[in-house]
Formats: sequence, structure tokens, C-alpha cells
Amino acid sequence: MNLTLKIWRQKGPKDKGSMVDYKVTDISEHMSFLEMMDVLNEQLINQGEEPVAFDHDCREGICGMCSMYINGEAHGPDRGVTTCQLHMRMFKDGDTITIEPFRAKAFPVIKDLVVDRSSFDRIQHAGGYISVNTSGNTQDANALPISKHAADEAMDAATCIGCGACVASCKNASAMLFVGAKVSQYALLPQGQVEAVDRVKNMVAQMDLEGFGNCTNTGACEIECPKGISLENIARMNREYLSANVKS
Amino acid sequence: MSGFFKSSIGRKYAMALSAFFLMFFLLQHFAINILSVFSPDAFNEASHFMGTFWAVQYVLQPVLIFGVVYHFVMGFILEARNRSARVKKYAKNNGAANSSWMSRNMIYSGLCILAFLVLHFIDFWIPEINTKYIQGDMSGLLGNGEGFRYYEELAHKFESPLRVGAYVIAFIFLSLHLMHGFSSAFQSAGATSMRKEKLQLFGKAYAIIIPLGFIFIALFHHFNHH
Amino acid sequence: MSVLDSKVPKGPLKTKWTDYKNHINLVNPANKRNIDVIVVGTGLAGGSAAATLAELGYNVKTFCYQDSPRRAHSIAAQGGINAAKNYQGDGDSTYRLFYDTVKGGDYRSREANVYRLAEVSANIIDQCVAQGVPFARDYGGLLDNRSFGGVLVSRTFYAKGQTGQQLLLGAYSAMNRQIARGKITPFNRHEMLDVVKVDGKARGIIARNLVTGEIERHSAHAVVIASGGYGNVYFLSTNAMGSNATAAWKIHKKGAFFANPCYTQIHPTCIPRSGDYQSKLTLMSESLRNDGRIWVPKNLEDVKAIREGKKKPTDLSEDERDYYLERRYPAFGNLVPRDVASRAAKERCDAGYGVNATGEAVYLDFASAIQRYGIEQAKIHGINNPSADKIYELGAAIVKAKYGNLFQMYEKIVDQDPYKTPMMIYPAVHYTMGGVWVDYNLMTTVEGLYCIGEANFSDHGANRLGASALMQGLADGYFVLPYTIGDYLSHEIRTGKIATDSPEFDEAEKSVKDRIDFFINNKGQHSVDYYHKRLGKIMWEKCGMSRNAEGLKEAAKEIKELRESFWKEVNVPGSANEMNPELEKAGRVADFLELGELFAKDALVREESCGGHFREESVEIGGEQAGEAKRNDEEFAFVSAWEYKGEPGDAVLHKEQLEFNEIELKQRSYK
Repeated sequence: MNLTLKIWRQKGPKDKGSMVDYKVTDISEHMSFLEMMDVLNEQLINQGEEPVAFDHDCREGICGMCSMYINGEAHGPDRGVTTCQLHMRMFKDGDTITIEPFRAKAFPVIKDLVVDRSSFDRIQHAGGYISVNTSGNTQDANALPISKHAADEAMDAATCIGCGACVASCKNASAMLFVGAKVSQYALLPQGQVEAVDRVKNMVAQMDLEGFGNCTNTGACEIECPKGISLENIARMNREYLSANVKS
Repeated sequence: MSGFFKSSIGRKYAMALSAFFLMFFLLQHFAINILSVFSPDAFNEASHFMGTFWAVQYVLQPVLIFGVVYHFVMGFILEARNRSARVKKYAKNNGAANSSWMSRNMIYSGLCILAFLVLHFIDFWIPEINTKYIQGDMSGLLGNGEGFRYYEELAHKFESPLRVGAYVIAFIFLSLHLMHGFSSAFQSAGATSMRKEKLQLFGKAYAIIIPLGFIFIALFHHFNHH
Repeated sequence: MSVLDSKVPKGPLKTKWTDYKNHINLVNPANKRNIDVIVVGTGLAGGSAAATLAELGYNVKTFCYQDSPRRAHSIAAQGGINAAKNYQGDGDSTYRLFYDTVKGGDYRSREANVYRLAEVSANIIDQCVAQGVPFARDYGGLLDNRSFGGVLVSRTFYAKGQTGQQLLLGAYSAMNRQIARGKITPFNRHEMLDVVKVDGKARGIIARNLVTGEIERHSAHAVVIASGGYGNVYFLSTNAMGSNATAAWKIHKKGAFFANPCYTQIHPTCIPRSGDYQSKLTLMSESLRNDGRIWVPKNLEDVKAIREGKKKPTDLSEDERDYYLERRYPAFGNLVPRDVASRAAKERCDAGYGVNATGEAVYLDFASAIQRYGIEQAKIHGINNPSADKIYELGAAIVKAKYGNLFQMYEKIVDQDPYKTPMMIYPAVHYTMGGVWVDYNLMTTVEGLYCIGEANFSDHGANRLGASALMQGLADGYFVLPYTIGDYLSHEIRTGKIATDSPEFDEAEKSVKDRIDFFINNKGQHSVDYYHKRLGKIMWEKCGMSRNAEGLKEAAKEIKELRESFWKEVNVPGSANEMNPELEKAGRVADFLELGELFAKDALVREESCGGHFREESVEIGGEQAGEAKRNDEEFAFVSAWEYKGEPGDAVLHKEQLEFNEIELKQRSYK
């Protein structure tokens, strides 16, 4: 198929940037979206132009590195996939595809489609851990039974790959689904209880400091999340936050 | 709790709490207004009670005003912050793919409701305050002394088709606002998903029935007195 | 006497590690504060090492090319992590895990290291659970286990199909704690481009800030390389696009010996290539072989009809199918180890039986499993005379519960429903057992330079068993390196801060800058990918699943020529002082072009078949094992460790003879 691509080009963090049109031809429907981008880049290099910079790594939907806003949706029109798993069979010959970086004040553009998501890291530095030393004789793993239900729910929250699609899709650029998932994973496990109060307070404080917007419960994040992280995690974080504030 | 209401989540709680209060108030307001359809006397009695009972006038009324103002002001503050969280907008955004129109436009439905409230204050609240506290007439009686004035005033207001039209439009926006706002308030307050499904159903019913009821009352009086 | 000293401590195998730990030098807490350690790579090995070293009190700097440590390719490991916990009471023990790992590795690993690995495996699970890693649990709330290819016990712990991701998030959370304490300074989106040696010791690195292009100097008292494997030398592999050998190769060029480069694992259950545009291959967990049956059509006419779309695989009756693994290996069937399963698939496809357009795919069929589970479920639910549809429905539900996420992934990529039609699979390069040579302390042949995780030549010998990679990465990072490095650093307490303005740093930085300038200014005709793809093709065809002397000689020659062309004709757009992904790739491919040649050279020297390295000249001639891989313990029970001498072709071979005192060397038989 032949396609017209409208791609955001921006030389560097301070450059103004603009949308630029490109044409690609003979795209196979079996290609992944990023393989289509590879074709474009090879074409640009051979024409002596600069290829489009974009983040990607594992290309199997698990590392969370790829981050494109395609036709007005994070990771494009398919559900439950990251951009690298989006396949060209989702598009038709002659389509025009708009490709933009994830946009949020807390995700500044580095170049073209590459954004800086280190704000996510800083939120996790603020409390995304359980303080346990690596002694080699921590208590036996089975000394603390955890109900299958709680373990499964914690696992569901932990499947977050930190791609930032929630922020990108949210009309408020809110990071609450991400932070909610992180808080929930620990809140659901007994190991996480000891530091629960400080964890949620510190992580929320850092989230606010980074300049993310506020959740207005539109639910866009849940729909666009490639791992289907549930809104329930935001509700749980809210409860945790309230109870943490009541306690201290 | 220091700093709680300065945090994003704390503000969400505050927004939800004021919403709960307003939704409860709306229900109560509706309950009294619907009386006007069935029994002008009952409506007059209830109105007079609400208009003269000290606890309603000096406790609930200020709380209500605070609630309304707070909900609006906080709504604007949050909207401003949310807008500043995305400086550069998308060239192409397909919001409809992942969220409802109502959820994305709370600020606009809210502004319509605010405009309506201004009208509503001019129509009812300011004359009430004027009669009761400036002219000092706490009797609640008509000028000629023949019975309570409340029903007559209500009926009179709904004579103008323009005003009725404005009310109908305002209540449609209220419905849209509640359509998202009801379940959103519960979600913000940390309601769990188990209860959420039933709550959402209840919320949808509330968001349709209450505004529809108000519209019905306005239309009822409009056509009844023509 | 070889120049290689593995430094394996004396004493009985079972107490070696404990005795050794009891006697090595420690650094006192006050002195740890004055010691800096650099960790390059933040996957399971690097992340866990960085967190633990910082926890001990050292000042740690971490480097990764991704935007966050959490994205390292350890995340891609799906199946699980082995540990000798014996929670299932099925007779597992440290010894059994040790034995299985040595045997699975075709007797080409160091006994003492593997035993230590098995010993600390149980601690890993304790540690990860304490960190909040949400391992799967049974209804009693205790940890669940599954079994994995080629072993007789259930010792694999798992977290849905995301075990690697969850373990890495655990290590990352441990890092976060140390970052919050100021003990780790993370340098994300940074790439190490050289190691700096001062007086023979590793004293720092030169790194490029991938956002600004700035070249930075970082000094430390010790440098730890944890940069993963070199599977991307094949261009197409299950590795991440950015996975590279640059850090490992740079230290090799500075004196670290490179061991067993030819040991590559080619994983049998990957999604086949669909066209020339393919950028990478996707692995599906080996656990699929627990229920899937592998087959190709018996008749070539059927193959042709299927390729042309005239027939569907489901049209073929049972006797028109060749379940070749069950036919050739009746004892293990579809559960033979990875190397055996991969070679068998290649054999069938080479014979023309491949079932997709590229001719490189075999079927992995769940129909019998669905049928079997369906009948079982019908019985459980007390359904008499269930209809075929009911059986299918019940069976499919069980298969979905076990493999749902993998089936979904397959469907997204291939656009076929694996519940209805067999999956297509083909082997793909997955893991590299070879890597930087290290001694028992995990130190390379350069003092103060350590190498852990997949980047070292590791404990997997010539073939890695399923669920062992995560175990090794975390064992190295959490429980081995933090002890052994202390022994070295205890001599560094009087060294003081390492200056970065020494001539050694000047020189290293200059060579890095010169190379970058070359790329930017070269303006050749071909893109970096053009060369990478060509290299990959040579590697796959001549150093792939089966190798012969002639092909390997050709490969070495062709790679050398390709490298020469690369240095003349490569085209790197953009500039040096900005984010420039093409420039990053150029540096990595340049290193792969050298590594590939050494790979071929190593494979040529190893005139035996062992594990992932299959030499066509070394097969069993007669008997039951006819045609199977033939190991030669007499001549090849050694580790090849290569010393860099200017050109890959000039590398000098050093042999570390492997001694087996606990385990008797046997022919691996799966018949």
C-alpha cells in the first residue's frame, strides 16, 4: 500500500518544530508500524535527508520504549498493543497517517518523536520500592502466604510497562494511571504495608511537582493502555492517599 | 492532613465532596419543586419552611453558596492546571476513540450551568433576599395577603417561553454534566469497581431523571398557565 | 600453564562458596564511602549489582542506553526463573539444579560456578518476594511452580508471562531506593564507548550522552560490565533493537579475553519471518511446547498446496502429518532441549517442508491439547457424551488460561487465530552463552574490570536451559559480585579519587571522538542497516544452526570484506552533537563486524558439536544416535578465551581446561 505520513519534526528540545509530509510506497500489510518507519528512514537516508528519530527497543510490546501518537491516539488505533506491535493491516492503501510525539509538559520533546519520560523515573525514586536489604537470608519466600487474589491483582497492576500512553491520551496529561498502578502493586501486598503511608504521599507529591495534570476520570488512559491497566488502580491510590493523610 | 488539599488528589476529593453535596441539594430542590405540580399548597408550605427556618437560612444556605462557589472555583483552577499540563496541543486528536464527550467537556457544561445559575439567582434568589431581608417581609404572603406567594411567583416566572427555553437548555447541560460527574465523583472518592458498576447505572439514571424532572416542571407550569 | 587462572577456590564443591566468602577481604563501611563503582547496563545483572553495591555503601554510577533502567531487555524473558527450593516436594535440590544445568550446557561450563549458581538460586526467590515481585501463587497463598523444557522437576517460578519484566522491576525498585538515598547516580540515555585503563587497572569509562552527543569521562575504582549478549550480530534476533556488544567488545580490545563466542542459542519457538523488511523476531515462551505438537506435512505436494493457499493445515489428516520430534525423539518428544528442537526444525525446512511463503516455518499445533483438556473438563463437569463443540470450548478455555497472552500476541502479529489453526514457528537467535571470560570472582583478565550476566561467558556452557538466564543474571548481581568485588576493592581503600584528567582518559576520549568524527564525515553510499543486514545474513547462513569448516572460513573472509567496505562506504546522517540514532547504530555495527569474524574463527576451531554449536563434521555415525551431535570431550572440554591482537583474525586462543570432578560426562540422549 501507499501512504502519506504527516510527521512531527523537531531538531532539538529548543527547536519550534512542525509537521512534515512524507510519502511511502509498497508497504506490506504484514509490517509492523515501526518497520514502516524503518522503510521511511532508509528512504530518507538514501536521499541524504535526516531520518526521523523515534524511541523503540524490544519491538515486542514489553519494554515500553516506543511512544507515538498515531492518528490522534497513543500507540495508534489498535487496542492492547504498543506502537511496535501495531501492524499496517490496520491501515488502508492511500491513507494519511498523522504521527506525533507523546505530548505533555512533563514529557518534553527531545527530538522528532522522542520524548523525555524521566519524570516517571523520578516518581518511582520517590517511593517505588520496598526497603529490603540483599542479605541472602531474608525470610523464606513461602513464610508469608499471600492470597492468590491479592497476588493476581498486584500482578495486574505490575504489568504496567511505563510507556506513558496514559499521560499522552489523557486530555489533562495526568499520570495517575501510572502512579496508581505503582502504588497499587505495593498496596496490595503485605510486604508493601510497612512503608505504605510515606510511599503514596511521596509519590503523589513528586507526581504533582513534575507538572502532570489532574485526573478527571475520562477513562481514556484505561482504553489506550497497552497493558489494560484498570482505572480501579486510580481509585485505590486515592483511597491510599486519603488514609495516609488521615494517619499522619 | 497538612497539604492534603493542595495536592492533586486532595483537590479531587474536595471536588468530589462538593459534588456530592450539590447532587444532594439538587435532589432536595427537585423534591420540593415537584410538589408544585401536584399540590400548590404543599409546595407553598415547603417553600415557606425552607425560606424561614433558621437552620436552613443561616446554616445550610451559606454552606450551599460556599459549595457552589467552591465547586466552580476549584473547577476552574483544576482546568487551568490541566491545560497547562499540555503546552503544545496535538495536531490530530481522536478523543472520541477513548472517552465520552461529556467527560471531555465538563468545563463547558459547567460554564453553561454557571450561566444558568446567574439567571436563576436573578429570577428567584435575589428577589427572595430582597423581600425577606431588605424589605423585611418574612410572612411569605402575597401582596394582597391572600395566601402564600411562592406558587404564584413560580407560575409567573414560567410564563415567558424564552425563559423556559433557557431553563430547558440549561438542564440538558446539567444532565450532560451529571452523566460524567456522578460516577466521576465516586471514582475520585475511591469507590471500588464492584460497586462502581451499579453506581454508574444509578448515576446515569440520576443524571437523566433529575434534569428531566426539572424540565418537566418548567414546561408543566408554562403550558398550564397559558 | 595457561595464562588463564579461573581462581576457583580449593575444597569440596558443596562448601567452596561459603568457605570462600568467609575468607575473602571485606571493606569497612567508612571506606566504602570513598570507593566508586561504575556499572554499565541496568538489566537484571547490572541493576541488581548496582542496587546491592550501593546498599553496601559504595558510590555507584549506572549507565544504560535506554531512557530508563527498567527497559533493559531482561524484560523480554517470559517463562520464569529456576530455583532449587523444592517447594513442590518433587525431589529437587541444589545438586539436581547444578547437575541439570551442567548437563543441559553439554558439559562445557565450570562446575564450581554452576554449583554456586544453584546454591544462591533459592536466595534470589526470597529476595525478590521480599521486594514485592508478584510471583504466581496457588490457592493456599504459596508460590506456584511450573516445569520447563528438558528437566524432571517443577522448579520454575513465574509471574504470568512477564517474569523477566517483574524481576527487572524488582531490581529497578531496589535501584530506586538507592537513587533516592543518593548512592546511585543513574546515567540513562548514555552509552559506554570505551573503558579507561590506568596502570593495568580499569579506572573509568568514556560515555556518550545520547541526548546531547556530549562525550563524558567517568572514573571509578572498579568497572562492571553488564551489557547483555551479542545476539544482534545476526541482525535478526529476539534481542531488542538496541541490544549491542559494544561495551563487551571495547573491553575485549582493551585486554579482556572473549570466551566461546560461537555458543549461540537458537530458540525453537519464535514467530517466523514474514518478509525482507523484518526488523526483529519475536519469541514465544518455550512453555508452549508443553502442550503444542510440532509437525510439517509428510508430502511435499501438501507443502506446496499450503504455500499456495490451496490447502489449510487443518485439512491434513493425521497420517499426512509428520510429527518429526515425536518420531525422532520418542522419549522426550516435543520437549527436547532447545538446541535439538531448533536443529530438527531447520532440517525439515531445509528438506523443503517449511510451511509458509519463506519456507521457514513449522506448525505448533494445539488441537490435540484442546481435545485432551476438553474431554478432561467434560468429565470434571460431569457432562456425558459431550458434543465436539463443547469439548472444543472447554479445552480452548484451559489453553487460553495457560497461554492466553501468548496466543493474543501471536494473533496480533500474524493475524491468524491459533485456537483454530496451528501456529507457525521457526527458530531464532535468542541468547549468547559466549561472552567476556571471567574468573570465579567474575573479574575479567583486566584487573578491576568485572563482567556479569549474559555479557560474560556465563554458567550455561554450550547451551542454556529454559529459565536459567534470569537466575544467572540475578545470582551474579545480588549474591556473587557484591562479595567478590569487595576482595578487590579492599586493596583500593588508600587509592583516593581517580582523576579524569590523566593521559589515559585523554587518549581514550580522543579515540572515541575520532571514530565519531569519522562516521559523521564519511558520507558513504550505504546506510548502517545495509551493512548490519548483510552481516546478519552471513552469520545466519554460515554461523547459524549448523556450521561446517568451509562455511566458517567463508564467513570469516566475507565478514572481513564487509567490514572493510563498511569503513569506506558507510553513511551516517546528522551530526555528532545531538541525538543521532544512526550514529549510535554505526558504532554498534562496527563492533559487530569485528565480533562476527571472531565468532566464525572460534566456531572453526571447535571441531566438535556441543550444545548450540553444531558442526556438521561431528555427528554420530551409527547406532541409535546416528546423525545426532557428537561431542568430543577428549579434545574440546575447554573454554576458548580469545585475546585481542589488533584484528579479529589475529586473535590468540587461550584454553581453560574444564575439570569435572562431581559429574560424569555423558552423551546427551533424548531418544
